[in-house]
Parts: sequence; C-alpha cells; structure tokens
Amino acid sequence: MSVKKLGLKQRYAHMTRGLDWETTYQPMDKVFPYDSFEGIKIKDWSAWEDPFRLTMDSYWKFQAEKERKLYAVIDAFAQNNGQTGITDGRYANVLKLFLTGISPEEYQAHRGFAFAGRHLRGVGPRVAAQMQSLDELRHIQTQIHTISHYNKYFDGIGEFPHMHDRVWYLSVPKSFFDDARSAGPFEFMIAIGFAFEYVLTNLLFVPFMSGAAYNGDMSTVTFGFSAQSDESRHMTLGIEVIKFLLEQHPDNLPIVQKWVDKWFWRGHRVLGLVAMMMDYMLPKPVMSWKEAWQIYYTEAGGALFQDLARYGLRPPKYADIATAEAEHISHQNWAIFYQYTHAAAFHTWAPDAKHMDWLSEKYPNTFDKYYRPRWEMWNQMAKEGKRFYNMALPQLCQCCQIPMGYTEPGDPTTICFRSSQYKGETYHFCSDGCKDIFDAEPEKFVQSWLPVHQIFQGNCGGATIPDVLNYYRLANGADNMDYVGSPDEKLWNEWQADKLKTAV
Amino acid sequence: MTIQIKTLDMEPKRQTFGHVARRIGEGKSATRYQEATLDVQATTNFHYKPLYEPEYWTYDPRKTRVVMEDWYKPLDPRQYYYATYNISRATMNQAVERSFTFAEERGLAEKMSADARKQVETFLLPLRHLHWGANMNMTEITQRGYGTAVTAPAIFSSGDHLGMAQIVSRIGLLLDGQTGVSLDMAKEVWVNDPAWQGVRKLIEDSLVERDWFQLFVIQTLAINGVVFDLIYKMGDAGWKDAQLTIAMLTVFMTDWRADESRWSDAVIRTVAAESEENRALISQWAATWIGAAVEAARPLAAAFLTDNGAAAEAAGEATVARARALGLTL
Repeated sequence: MSVKKLGLKQRYAHMTRGLDWETTYQPMDKVFPYDSFEGIKIKDWSAWEDPFRLTMDSYWKFQAEKERKLYAVIDAFAQNNGQTGITDGRYANVLKLFLTGISPEEYQAHRGFAFAGRHLRGVGPRVAAQMQSLDELRHIQTQIHTISHYNKYFDGIGEFPHMHDRVWYLSVPKSFFDDARSAGPFEFMIAIGFAFEYVLTNLLFVPFMSGAAYNGDMSTVTFGFSAQSDESRHMTLGIEVIKFLLEQHPDNLPIVQKWVDKWFWRGHRVLGLVAMMMDYMLPKPVMSWKEAWQIYYTEAGGALFQDLARYGLRPPKYADIATAEAEHISHQNWAIFYQYTHAAAFHTWAPDAKHMDWLSEKYPNTFDKYYRPRWEMWNQMAKEGKRFYNMALPQLCQCCQIPMGYTEPGDPTTICFRSSQYKGETYHFCSDGCKDIFDAEPEKFVQSWLPVHQIFQGNCGGATIPDVLNYYRLANGADNMDYVGSPDEKLWNEWQADKLKTAV
Repeated sequence: MTIQIKTLDMEPKRQTFGHVARRIGEGKSATRYQEATLDVQATTNFHYKPLYEPEYWTYDPRKTRVVMEDWYKPLDPRQYYYATYNISRATMNQAVERSFTFAEERGLAEKMSADARKQVETFLLPLRHLHWGANMNMTEITQRGYGTAVTAPAIFSSGDHLGMAQIVSRIGLLLDGQTGVSLDMAKEVWVNDPAWQGVRKLIEDSLVERDWFQLFVIQTLAINGVVFDLIYKMGDAGWKDAQLTIAMLTVFMTDWRADESRWSDAVIRTVAAESEENRALISQWAATWIGAAVEAARPLAAAFLTDNGAAAEAAGEATVARARALGLTL
C-alpha cells in the first residue's frame, strides 16, 4: 500500500496543529484556564482555516530580508540628515503623536497576541497569533528606530513611554488597549484582530504612512511599506477569527455582535486623533478625514459587513452616527488641542487662510458654517496678543476619556452629554456609544484612570500646571505651546536659511 | 589610502530618548538594542483589572515571587531586537537548508539502517511535541512576564521552539517520503510510549505553572538542560549509523542551544544575584525541577541509549553544575 505525499495544506497542518496533543497529566482546562469564561462556544477547533501558511523558516527569511532593507534606509536617512527634507517643521508633530500615542499600542498588541497565542485552545489560531505577536514587537521596535533620529533634533519625542503612562490625551489610546488586554482572549481577538486590524487599520496605519510619503519622511514611509505584508497577514487573521467564531455556534453571534459594536465605537473615538492629524497637522495633506472615512469605512466596511450578513451579523451600532461625525470630529478635536496647547506634548497652530480654504473645499457642509468663524476669531485674538488658552480642566468621558467637547448628533452647536448611575455615583459620557459601553460593563469602566480626576485627587505631581507638566516630564516652553515661537520652529528656520545660503 | 566624503555635520539636541539616557548616562549615544528595549513596557496608571485575573494588573511584577528592584537589569547579552534576531535565525537556517538539500541529494534517509531509522522515529521525532510545549511556555513568559528586557527575548525563544519543532517534523517527512506517516507514529509514541511519559508529564506540569519566573527556570534551565541536551547533545551513540546525518540535520538546535543559554543563563544569574531571597527561591526551583527532569528523562535515556538512565543522570549533573556557576546553591 502506498501512502500519498502530502499537499501543501496537509504539510502545513503537520507543521503546526500536528504538534499539539490532548494533555492527560494535567487537565486541559487548567492548561487553558482563560478560554471559557466569555461564553464563546467552539465545537471543533480543527475547522479553523489557516489564513496564511507560514513556517518559521520562511518567516525568518522574509522578515530578515525586509529588516535589512529597512535599516539600510534608516541609516541612509540619518547619514544624510533626512529630517531637513520634510515639507515643514510642523510635520514632526505628527511623529510625536505617533510615537507617544500609537507605537506603545503596538507593544500592547505584541503582549496581547502572546496572550492569545498561548491561551487559545486551538493550535491554528495560536500559531497565527504568535506570529502576530512577533510582528507587533517588530513594529514598536522599528518605529522607535525610525523616529529615533527625529528625536535628536525635535522636542516632544524623547519621553514617549513615560508620557504614554501619564499624559491626559494619551490615556485615550492607552485605555483602549488596556480594555482589550484586560478582556478574555476571544474578545481581544475581535477587538484588536478584527475591529482594529481589519475594519479600522486603513484609517490608522495608512493615514500616518501616506502622510509620511506626502511630507518627505522617507524613514517612516519605508517602515510603512516594510510593514505592509505584516499588516495584510494581520487582516487575514482578523477576518478568519470572526468568521470562525460565527460559524462555530449560533450562541456566539450575540456575544460577537456586542463586541463588534463596542470595539467599533471605541476605535472610532481613538481615530479622532488621526482625523485631526489628517485635516490639520499635515503640512501637505493627503486627503480629508471625511474622504478617508467614506472610502475606508463607508465603502470598504460596508462591503465587509454585507459579506458578514450571512452569519446574521449586522453593521456596528452607531456607525451612522460615526459617519455623520466625520463632518465634525477633526475640527472639534484640533480645537481641543489648540485650547490646551500648554498641556500637550506637541505643537499646535491655527490653520492659515490657505489651509482654511482647503478645509472649506473638503467640508462644504460644515467648515464655513461652524468652524471657520471660530478659527478666524482665535486668529484675530492671537493677533491682538490675546491668544486663547483654556485654563479649566475639562470633564472627561468615563469611557473614551476624551474631553467632553463633542456635539449632539444633528446639532453641532450643542455639546453632547450623557450620564449613567452606578452604585450611587454618576458617570458622564460624550455620546450614546460610550454610554452603552459603560452600561454593558459598569464594573469595568468605573475603574478608568481618568487623568483629570487624578490631577484633582493629587496623583499627578501637584495642583498647578507646572507641577503636572513636571509629572508628565513635559518640558514647558519646548514640548508644548504653539509651533510658532517654539525651539522646533527656530531650528527649522535655521535649516531653511542654511539651505538658501548654500543655494546662493 | 582612504577616500573621504564630506557630509553635513549637524549638532543634535540630544543623543537618545530620556529614559535611555537616564540609564546609560546623558550625552551618550544608545545602541539600537537599548532604544528598542529599555522601559518600553507600560508600568503605571493602568485602567482596568483583567476580567480573568482581577487580583493582578495586566503588567504586574507580583506575577512571580522573585523581586527585582528593576526588571531592566537582566539584559540580553546577545542584544537582540527584532531585526537582529531574525537576521541571526535566517542565517542559522541557511545551514539547515543546505543540510536538508544534501541529505535529499545523497539519499541519506534511505541509507539509514532499519535500526537507526527506528531510533530516530522513536527518540527524535517525538521531540517536536516537547518543542511545542516549550513554545507555549516561552509564549506564556512573554505575555505574563514583566519588563521588555526579558519578555522580548522570550517571544524570540518561542519562535525558535516552533521553528525547531518544524525542523524535527521535516526530518520525519524526509524519512517517510513526505507522507506524514512517521509524524503520526511519533505522536503515538509521545502520548503512549512508557519511555516518554515522564517527559510528557514534566512538560504538562510546567504548562500549569503560573509563576512566570519559575516557569523560566523550569524551561530554560531544567528542560533545556536535561531533556533537550540528553537528546541533542548526549545522544550521538543512539542514532547508530545515522549519527552524522542527525548531527547535520539538527545543526540548528546545537547553534540555538549555545545562543539561547547565553541569554537565559545571564537572566537567571542576574535575578539570583539581586537578593538572598531570590537566590534561595531560584535555587529551590532549580533543585526541584532539575530533579524532576532527571527523573522524567531516566526511562527515556534507558530506552534510547540502553544505559540504565546514566545519560539522564549525566545531563542532570551538568545542569546542576551550570546552575551552580550561575550562583545558585544546589
């Protein structure tokens, strides 16, 4: 009798799931203690379709090749003072936001996928999650190395891990990932693998990398290209996870739907930072947030949820509100940072006339009507020496932790407030989406480390702004305040003058 | 003669990140390893207690009983960050590719005696399951450990074990003409053969260990030192006439063991040196688990090398000597 040679698929199965065995000296439930409390039912782990078939030898080979190329570019960039070739000194603020706000979440993803890569009972998803854990470590480490050279010249970058654990607006992405990390392995996979890496990645990763490409940042954009094949692996894992859970048992649908609703809204709130980056911070904008939302959420997300409808899954709750907010969110967020520029670790500026014209063109329904008048007033005040600062600490949303500056759906002149009672205390929210998330898990969200509350409780170095900035390790007069008049601007202008001198 | 290209020299405002400078000294330039590793993990102001383990924070130094004033003391002497790790493994793997090509071209698998083949099937192929268990342990240390200095190399080690499990699998496929029959048989041996049950119990017991640094000692000192060394390092005679073939096809494991123990030994040495309490705890863990590993490996050695378990004893003694050299009292 002759036995048939293995096909690629069976060969890969031997290389991964064939390694596993049913433990008998220790009960399986003790070996995998975390994969049942969420209520997800898996009838047959072997039905998992490996989204990509990568053995470690190929992984090392591909990744090593990519790293060699990437570091050659990073070295060349530093050697040739690439930082002087960006479109404008303001661009560096995008990198500050990225390294303090996003890169530490790559690290969280690394540790979170290690958790899933150890504690999911099925071998197929475990191996895929381990590779993603490795990839995410790659991303934080290469981002540090990419931006390291900018840190040598620009302020506001050098204390990124310290700030990430403390600074008020960085608690927005941090609490998002802490939320996913403190959930069970299945919710983590839906939160990060599906909602974040699949549904929303084109609205996070891509805008930063395209922004780099448009603004002469060869170092960061090379990282972006280099990470592209990792990201597409992560996307195929994310989609496979949700399909697998929905196929395994009908009881999984309501649980997965709840997670999709939750993580869509949570992700949407974090992406507000990207929205303002795209609309206000890029010297040379790529596209407006509204356009990006249209392409990457309304169109691509629409097709995705159409595809998932056969499992009974509906599009995320409040997706319509998020789409309506795409007209407003960047303007409202940048206005918050403009007012609190003294407490931010990057520079702000009011848009100039040319930029406002671009915003008018991109936001014909809202910019001229609601936001241009405010910027014109603030520009006028600044001209008169009365630049507007908001010295009161804002109320934060208990869920997303963003200052409560957003407006009512359909009424952009009224601030939106929601609240819930829990065990005799009142909790405040910026939106119905955030209130719903709290109401579903109040015992989790009452724990939120809210930066403003913490300041008032005396846990952030003291009661005055200098005390708090000191606690943040935020160098007053260098890291914060307007770009105009900053040491960054001074240095940038010296480089420009030097270039002109050479040209003459 | 050298040529000199003139470049623009720009005076940087700072040499590295603040947290790195505070550790290595102001005004010094940092290595890529340092920037990619030091203080990268969050340490404070966490938001929510894990639903599955509310007694701890997600990142919590209390998840092991050893205490470090600073978890960035146990650094990696290899200075691996993602790029250097992958480049190192890609290079090590080139030798594997050459070996497999050579073995296939020369028909080395067909040339093995039936005796040797039986030995490889029974005593080498089941090791892929032990690597898989080791992979789970190193992934657990990655997720549960504290401080990037230890947890980042742990995920590298986890990738190594998966890679080695796959190399062992390829040896099986080479033997069975790419049918997978030998791998199914090896799993049967792993699960049921009495010679392996001690080792299988050993790794299963490790899979439920919740103290992540104890798990580090179990895996990197006891299991790597006793069981993997027994097969890969002390098992030459067991492969009969296939000795050279197996040595060639497992060259990665030899390179890996030397490379990984540089790191894992340094970590244990540093953590033990932190305090007498740490030293006592780690010594006790090492004694217990090296002892358990020797017990587990004895029937395996007896069946593999027909030596009455002497090689297991020898591997145990070598591991005890290694532990003592790391400052442990055994």
